Amino acid sequence: MTTSTHLVYLIALPLISAAVLLVLGRLADKWGHLLATLISASTFVIAVSEFFAMHGRSGAARATTQKLFDWISVGTFKVDAALLLDQLSICFVLLITGVGTLIHIYSIAYMSHDRDRRRFFAYLNLFIAAMLLLVLGNSYLNLYVGWEGVGLASYLLIGFWNQKPAYATAAKKAFVANRVGDIGLSLAIMIAFAQFGTVSFAGVAAGAPHASSAALAGIGAMLLLAAAGKSAQFPLQSWLGDAMAGPTPVSALIHAATMVTAGVYLITRSNFIFDASSTARLLVVIVGAITLLFGAIVGTAKDDIKKALAASTMSQIGYMILATGLGPVGYAFAIMHLLTHGFFKAGMFLGAGSVMHGMNDEVNMRKFGGLNRFLPITAITFGFGYLAIIGVPPFAGFYSKDKIIETAFNAGGTKGYILGICALLGAGLTAFYMTRLIVMTFWGAPRWSKDEQHPHESPALMWVPMAILAVGSIASGFLFSHGSSMVHWLAPVVNPSGAEGGAELMKPIVVSLLALAVVVIGAGYAMLKYRTVSVEAPANVTVFTRIARRDLLQDAFNEAVLMRPGQKLTTALVWADYSFIDGLVRAVGFTLGATSQGLRKIQNGYARTYALVMLVGVLALAATIWMVTL
Amino acid sequence: MDISNYLYLSIILFTIGAVGVVIRRNAIVVFMCVELMLNAANLAFVTFARINGNLDGQVASFFTMVVAACEVVVGLAIIVTIYRSRRSASVDDASLLKR
Repeated sequence: MTTSTHLVYLIALPLISAAVLLVLGRLADKWGHLLATLISASTFVIAVSEFFAMHGRSGAARATTQKLFDWISVGTFKVDAALLLDQLSICFVLLITGVGTLIHIYSIAYMSHDRDRRRFFAYLNLFIAAMLLLVLGNSYLNLYVGWEGVGLASYLLIGFWNQKPAYATAAKKAFVANRVGDIGLSLAIMIAFAQFGTVSFAGVAAGAPHASSAALAGIGAMLLLAAAGKSAQFPLQSWLGDAMAGPTPVSALIHAATMVTAGVYLITRSNFIFDASSTARLLVVIVGAITLLFGAIVGTAKDDIKKALAASTMSQIGYMILATGLGPVGYAFAIMHLLTHGFFKAGMFLGAGSVMHGMNDEVNMRKFGGLNRFLPITAITFGFGYLAIIGVPPFAGFYSKDKIIETAFNAGGTKGYILGICALLGAGLTAFYMTRLIVMTFWGAPRWSKDEQHPHESPALMWVPMAILAVGSIASGFLFSHGSSMVHWLAPVVNPSGAEGGAELMKPIVVSLLALAVVVIGAGYAMLKYRTVSVEAPANVTVFTRIARRDLLQDAFNEAVLMRPGQKLTTALVWADYSFIDGLVRAVGFTLGATSQGLRKIQNGYARTYALVMLVGVLALAATIWMVTL
Repeated sequence: MDISNYLYLSIILFTIGAVGVVIRRNAIVVFMCVELMLNAANLAFVTFARINGNLDGQVASFFTMVVAACEVVVGLAIIVTIYRSRRSASVDDASLLKR
């Protein structure tokens, strides 16, 4: 364990920059975006230098810590505000600062017409700081601060154009869904503290093997709930589609590459809990498998390019969650897919933003078509992301997704077959909806009028980040899997015991061929089906299509099961409060008032009455004394 | 003669006074009834002093007389003033306090 003194700059720099931009307000309008981008780039430089420093060390010395201050010190309960940069954190730090910086650069051009561009960059820097705190915290409590911070940044950025009520509602929806997950995280922390007396990762890891299985399953389930909230997993997935209300760079950075993967980080970081509890692992793979199919099915029915990509994100994170539930061997593949996904999905979101930029913010793919002639660079970079996500060799997704499918099959028994087939099916669906998206957007005849739309390629500030991410979509998979470099790099953190995967059900090459076959079927079917696309969404469709268009009824379900009963409960509580609690108070007031009204009558101003009252009083007093002393 | 008869007389006088205060309207009469009650009390004091064979009750009755004298001065002054301004000595007319 090495100690460091400059990890804190990773968080402090963007935080200070965000504060400066927000406090100075309009004074910083001219240079705010430059400062924010510069700060983001400098955190990337720190991250790269930390990475090489870490790479130069070996074994246990690779992990770096920095204690900032004593945060909580109550009796025996001590929590330091301390940072931990190990092999797992550095992957995230590089992803966050690297993709974050590219998206800062992209946003300079994308947001150039927005008069609140400075505020946008302030929030972006706030997000970078919070996300880095999330992945650098050395205890669950430190992580929790970052966890809430990214939730706040996400809320602010989804509702960035909050002058539109629908967008403000989308922000609120994301916030509420995230709160449900946050309850899970706080409960997990409380159970962990009750069980182990500490909330640091190291302390919980040391205690986990000796804890009761019920406690471990409880912590695991609560952590999974937290992950489901932040990563838009079943059953808390409904917010991600609406979160696309935010500006497109936000969708690329927060709702594709980094924040939504925080759930995967949380589970991977808590590997000691999940390794010790098979119940928790089972829950994780169930949630992952359901979500990867759920997102893929929703993706096939969406005409909004950003919502289709959001559904795809949900599905891909489902893959990662599935991988984290597959035991010690799965974590590295989950992180690998997370990183490759960070490249290709961020790249595709930026591509979608570039299309919107050229098409007057149109998002309906039915009104696109034939755009590859007008936006060639966007089409090419988007194409690389497309090839990566559907898993065509040698693009990134091929390496990372095939590993997950393979590991799922190797989970053993019926479970292995079910999970493997789910993952394989998901790959086919992914190929279908992504091909649909590509065909509808870039190929075929234009379905927009030349009078209204003048599609044009985006400026260099926008396409250069897209090109860099496209290069990542090509190369990252090979880099991470060459010689199992990722698995070896992460092993000290996620697989300290050196566990091996289950027996190979099929040779890896067979799995790859199977996956490729499914992908070719999916993509081919989409190409046939979407040779011609109507401008209006066809109305005479099967009930399944209708359900898929409505996000598999997720909102209807939430409304019927949670919202309406909740409203009824609130109404009943308000009624009970009014009639019983308020009623009691009002009864006291009424009684006092009525009695006073009655008593007022004896105050008639006649001296004789007062004399009589006094006389009666004295007689009563005398009678009382006489009775008592008798 | 039984000494308790003085006490009965005192009770009767006090009751007459109290009833007079409550039922009469003329301020002068009410005032005299108050005096009657004070003197009934004085009579009781003196009787008790006699029964107990000490001077405590007699001393108390002197105090009562002094207070009564002061009260007569102040009370008559008030009644005269009210009569001058309202041309009436009825206590029921002086019921402005409730407003």
